[in-house]
Amino acid sequence: MSSATVTTPLPRQALYLAWRSVLRTARQPIIIVPPLVFPLFLLAINASGLDAATSIPGFPADSYVAFALAFPFIQGSIFATNTAGTNIAEDIGTGFFNRLSLTPMRGSSLLVGQLTGVLLIGTLQAVAFLGIGLAAGVEIESGVAGALVLFVLSLAICAAFGTIGLFAGLRTGSGEAVQGLFPLMFILLFLSSAALPRDLIAQDWFQTVATINPVSYLIEGLRSLIITGWDGEALALAFGVALAIFAAGLAGSTAALRERLVRT
Amino acid sequence: MSRRSRYLAVVRTVAWRNLHSAVRSPALLLPALIFPLFFYMAFAGGLSAVGDLPGFDYYDYNAFQFVFVLLQSAAFGGVFIGFSIAADFDSGFTRRLFLAAGDRSAVIAGFGVAAVIRAAFVWVLVFAIALATGMEVAGDGVELSGLLGLALIINVAFFLFAAGMMSRMRTLQAAPAMQLPVFLILMTAPVYVPRDLLGGWIGTISEFNPMTAIIEAGRGLMAGDPFHVALAFAAAAALATVLFLFARTGLRRAEAAG
Repeated sequence: MSSATVTTPLPRQALYLAWRSVLRTARQPIIIVPPLVFPLFLLAINASGLDAATSIPGFPADSYVAFALAFPFIQGSIFATNTAGTNIAEDIGTGFFNRLSLTPMRGSSLLVGQLTGVLLIGTLQAVAFLGIGLAAGVEIESGVAGALVLFVLSLAICAAFGTIGLFAGLRTGSGEAVQGLFPLMFILLFLSSAALPRDLIAQDWFQTVATINPVSYLIEGLRSLIITGWDGEALALAFGVALAIFAAGLAGSTAALRERLVRT
Repeated sequence: MSRRSRYLAVVRTVAWRNLHSAVRSPALLLPALIFPLFFYMAFAGGLSAVGDLPGFDYYDYNAFQFVFVLLQSAAFGGVFIGFSIAADFDSGFTRRLFLAAGDRSAVIAGFGVAAVIRAAFVWVLVFAIALATGMEVAGDGVELSGLLGLALIINVAFFLFAAGMMSRMRTLQAAPAMQLPVFLILMTAPVYVPRDLLGGWIGTISEFNPMTAIIEAGRGLMAGDPFHVALAFAAAAALATVLFLFARTGLRRAEAAG
């Protein structure tokens, strides 16, 4: 083996694996279509079925579509958990991971590379959700700059949930186990302030759960850009929570990767 | 042994095997149990302020959502058995059962009996939790029996749908194709608010959705104020009849495929 191969810098290693991850994602419509279609379907149902909720005194928006537009961004990110986890579990199952571990490839490049495919889906989702929201008549109160921040925040959330998927995939090596995470993540989404603002949730226990639930802050950050304008506190909390999940997920994934390399 | 006894023996064996598997592997039973509870918590808890909207004249938002969750669990209880049918096709077990059974519809009927027993277990638990968390019941025993009767027909109807799908597809990979139509028909009924408060496209679709009549009648029975109950039973029975034919033709295809 040439010394050039051994010393291939980290960014280039990550680039190779990122390109593989992007190609693999792009070649499987079954990975791309559900994360786009299901969130939009639920948005359409909730926006129409809960439109009357805008008549509740103190409801912060005139249109429920605008209020609920943050929901598909988070739901799409939950799909990212599955995609990242299932891909890496598949790599473990097919033996690709074992072959990779025989090369001088660094573990961190593997993680970065796998996340790139997730971010590709995240980008497609953000464009589709934002485009459909605008087509449905939603006005972004924070303007064009706000739309860009919305875009960045949604990718940050996608990456954060992606690391949880990576952790689950590396830890278990089983696609089925990763799929089992989906209902759990879905429960976190529904037990948040996704359907109503926290101050309008009438049941105390639900309000408490929604306040503890980090997903509420992610939704509220995205939503603030759409229906409020610039809300520094909501944005700081959303980016902070996304960063915290990302850091925890990455730390867990790195540890699980190290353990799996030892086993390999 | 008479032909009827042989038929019942196959039904009993298949149902027992399925229930035994569910008890031994709680992972098979948990989704059917957790999802209704979770939806009840999320809808009744998170959206209870919707019950105070002008024009929302139902007596209790918890009970309003409970009826939907009960019927949803009935539908998905039927669908989840489809996973067992598909898994048995995947492993080749159903083919061996078909060879052993004189009348192959007994195999499907056995899964149906298991679906009803599993759904009844879920209903008891969800009902107990709803009562414990403050749901008010305004209907009397007869009206509640009517509500359970509707849930039972829905459970059987959607089981027949799942059986029809899985005997055609004969693989677990077709599970999403089985769940999506059920999800669609349930969610395009009046889920969160009464039909009068529904606007837009979903208001139009719910007018034609047979589940609308069933859910509205269920809510009427729960409230002790029966409302187009005969129409609801007729819609549920019609749905079950159509899906019975769907399941029967599916079984013929599975038999033909060998």
